Amino acid sequence: METVGHVEAFVASSSPAVPAATVPPRHSVLVRVTHWITTLCFFALLLTGAEIVISHPRFYWGETGNVLTTPLFQLHIPSSRRLVPTGYGYVLPDQNGWSRALHFQAAWLAILTGLFYAISGFFTRHFWKDLLPSKAGLSWRGLWHEIVDRLRFKRPGEADASSYNALQRLSYLFVIFVLFPLVIWTGLAMSPGFDSAFPATVTLLGGRQSARTLHFFVSVALVLFLFVHLMMIFLAGFWSRTKAMITGRTDVRRERS
Amino acid sequence: MSTLSRRKLIISGLTATAGVAGLGVAAGLAQKYGLVPPDHGGLYGAGATLTYAAQRLLTRHSMAREFSRSQISPRPFQNEFAPLTEDFKRLQAGGFADYRLTVDGMVHEPASFSMGDLKSYPSRSHITEVVCEEGWSYIAEWIGVPLSHVLNLVGVHPQARYVVYTSTEPNTWDSIDMADALHPQTFLCYGMNGSELPVPHGGPVRMRLPRQLGYKNLKFITRLTLTDSMKKFGKGCGSAAAEFGYAWYVGI
Repeated sequence: METVGHVEAFVASSSPAVPAATVPPRHSVLVRVTHWITTLCFFALLLTGAEIVISHPRFYWGETGNVLTTPLFQLHIPSSRRLVPTGYGYVLPDQNGWSRALHFQAAWLAILTGLFYAISGFFTRHFWKDLLPSKAGLSWRGLWHEIVDRLRFKRPGEADASSYNALQRLSYLFVIFVLFPLVIWTGLAMSPGFDSAFPATVTLLGGRQSARTLHFFVSVALVLFLFVHLMMIFLAGFWSRTKAMITGRTDVRRERS
Repeated sequence: MSTLSRRKLIISGLTATAGVAGLGVAAGLAQKYGLVPPDHGGLYGAGATLTYAAQRLLTRHSMAREFSRSQISPRPFQNEFAPLTEDFKRLQAGGFADYRLTVDGMVHEPASFSMGDLKSYPSRSHITEVVCEEGWSYIAEWIGVPLSHVLNLVGVHPQARYVVYTSTEPNTWDSIDMADALHPQTFLCYGMNGSELPVPHGGPVRMRLPRQLGYKNLKFITRLTLTDSMKKFGKGCGSAAAEFGYAWYVGI
């Protein structure tokens, strides 16, 4: 964020025609570009993941599982395969071909983007500056207040327009460093080729079907995050926050400058 | 401002040129080292190529996980298959005495093998998992002759790059590269869990390669063809499944 800020400040100093640029952006170019690529990948992965689940909406624990074994749980939806007992009298059209192809292509793009983000975020100190909460922000009382405010749908304060609050920082860190790595790990664990080279990928999770079930749970957690994330954006002002993620700037700042 | 934008322009220009040149070199190298799958074209070709290339670099010699006898699924799931053809039913009625596996294409001595021939070769077995792209799986013991053994008997031309295998199911054929064809766990499989391979599981002979998904393990195999290019088969994307949008390489 700082590096980019410097560059833009430098650009601004040589071109007084762009005064807004003297204020460092709310989101750096790195964050903005990787955010939108990740968003695109996430929706592609979610849609195609749902299509793949529809071909077998049953989940198991352990190494093996199929329609002849007892599921851990099953989704009460129709299936795109005739041999899955769903209780519905019809079979949905098979969408697995393109869904799988798009799922893995989006996964590649997401992983490469994530790697680029993680490495750049490390070198630009983005994680420490923007995401690691301060000691003061980490107090239970402070976090509790944040949670209560959010649950009461209270609009975030002025300060939140220029930097993330502690609760926000913790949730972003959790998504970036816990949920994303977990969804990649559990996904890779379902690959028979990858498992042949790195068997611990799947054995540590307790087997192939456990990996598949965990992949589903982590995806559900990511969808829950998306809902809360979107709700917070609506609360804070959808257009100003979306614009900030596109241009890097918020309306509040423009008003001030 | 103008000097800066010129500098920016030159830098972006150089970066773009280097990027394109780098991609060109990468594509050339990938082609040379056999890292480009036959279905690399189309909208999802990039993802398919990245997956295949990455796995060929990581898993060329790796072995699929094998399980203990106690982990064998008591009731292996029989997936759907097309109605058996009249020809196949005749073979079945005769106990597959007239079954022949034909091997042709880029080989020194094209040949055809009876069940007796195949079973006279050293048999191998592994207890591995069948993994369906839909998500389900089961474990069984698979018995057969390693595909590499049969390929050695007929003598494969050095320029051959793929083994195309054809099923008696209508419009059902697939192919694997030589890394998979010569892999010790790739079998022409004729036995399962200590008995003959049941017809619903692909008997008398199915392709068994545990490092790829179930749909690559075609049932009722009757023909192997060695080739240097998949362009000569069907639409050129490597398998009948790939023509319906299902990836050719599914080690995923």
